[in-house]
Amino acid sequence: MATYSTNEFKSGLKIMLDGDPYAIVENEFVKPGKGQAFNRVKVRNLKTGRVIERTFKSGDTAEGADVVDVELQYLYNDGEYWHFMDPQSYEQITADAVTVSDAAKWLKEEAICQVTLWNGVPLSVAPPNFVIMAIVETDPGVRGDTSGGGGKPATLETGAVVRVPLFVQNGEIIKVDTRTGEYVSRVKE
Amino acid sequence: MTAYHWRPSADLSVLRLRAELLAQIRAFFAARGVLEVETPALSAAAITDPHLASFNTCYSGPGSQHGRPLYLHTSPEFAMKRLLAAGSGCIYQIARVFRDGEAGSRHNPEFTLLEWYRVGFDHHRLMDEVAELVGMLLAGRLTLAEPERLSYRQIFQHHLNLDPHRATVADLAACAETRNVSIPTGMPLDDPDPWLDLLLTHCVEPRLGSGRLTFVHDYPASQAALARLRPDDPPVGERFELYINGIELANGFHELGDTVEQRHRFAQENAARRAAGLPVMPVDEHLLAALEFGLPDCAGVALGFDRLVMLATRKTSLAEVLAFPLDRA
Repeated sequence: MATYSTNEFKSGLKIMLDGDPYAIVENEFVKPGKGQAFNRVKVRNLKTGRVIERTFKSGDTAEGADVVDVELQYLYNDGEYWHFMDPQSYEQITADAVTVSDAAKWLKEEAICQVTLWNGVPLSVAPPNFVIMAIVETDPGVRGDTSGGGGKPATLETGAVVRVPLFVQNGEIIKVDTRTGEYVSRVKE
Repeated sequence: MTAYHWRPSADLSVLRLRAELLAQIRAFFAARGVLEVETPALSAAAITDPHLASFNTCYSGPGSQHGRPLYLHTSPEFAMKRLLAAGSGCIYQIARVFRDGEAGSRHNPEFTLLEWYRVGFDHHRLMDEVAELVGMLLAGRLTLAEPERLSYRQIFQHHLNLDPHRATVADLAACAETRNVSIPTGMPLDDPDPWLDLLLTHCVEPRLGSGRLTFVHDYPASQAALARLRPDDPPVGERFELYINGIELANGFHELGDTVEQRHRFAQENAARRAAGLPVMPVDEHLLAALEFGLPDCAGVALGFDRLVMLATRKTSLAEVLAFPLDRA
């Protein structure tokens, strides 16, 4: 992997620190009136998501991290691992619960997800921005209420729970924004 | 490169204010009988300070068939001191200066420096004049309390509870650790200055000059290569810096007139360059000859004009006050 000088630092660059992969969030060049120049860098740990600050002497280097985002198709969960496949090469990759994390509740078979790989191993999984799913459980709505005000919880086929308008019924198909966890619309079959 | 990059990054109203402030500066010095001068941006010699990098270029033409190396000045200081030695009296210059390796929200590799020298002033009297000029330029644009003066020792005692003149590298490293300052790799174990710089930039500077002009003076001798030393205990360099709202705006000296001492400091800095693997710079023999002839007792200061405009307009980056910063140059 390449090494990067502080002169190449910019937000988004992936570097290795203390054996972990990090993404640069912010890079600030500071220099006293006379004297040593530094780069104050905010970095996000790609394994934990935690943001920390690191300082480099300007001109020093950091090793690049082999981190790439790939589009993979979700196949199935075997009870312990989530299995994904590269739609081009058919190569399969498995991810554990820590890696899949909150994305798990939005994963429906065949969904195309963005998986971040570090040295070929998944670091994180992002579900599609919008998913279309069936409601498996929700209280019967009040007849005639089409205002959409209020709302009620509805459990989806993957187990995710979202708030839906009162008029939406059990068994209906809905569209959900996974970034906010909010109901978007009903979907006609 | 994006399509809109042909446009200036600063509003035209800011560029108009730049012109207005420059006119005010010229009127300020004209009223005081300080002479405006111009000195070359290209010089055969260069600054030896290991923390400043000069751009270099080459002249070829009449008188130089095979090319002669020239450096773009990082400040007009050396040439202005030659004028002072030649009897110019008090002088100022508004110069475009060049520093390689410096770019960020408060740095651009070329910028405008207002530099002036006052014969017969010491650094304290010059601080009075800096306060007067900056106060006038910012009046009505930034509300400021009365200026204050603190020594380098006081700011470290106040903000970090340590004496910068006596602290060892171990003390400074421990202080950085307790303040959660990330310590870069490769910090030297035998030189406190980079540690002082680390603490200064991370813990002290952001809190200096909050809503007022804060002058910091009396720097460690090792951080004042062009200043007179005062034989206190320990000896301090008669250098000052001006901060407003955490932004370093000006750097001044009670100027060193001792040729032997100056030659010695140049040699020390070039030795430090060699040790750090940096190019050794040709020493300015014209300056040394001028000092030998005799520099009148004077104090001088360099003020970052672009940063002043940034403060006057309450902007947070130089790009907002420069027509075309580095990425649009």
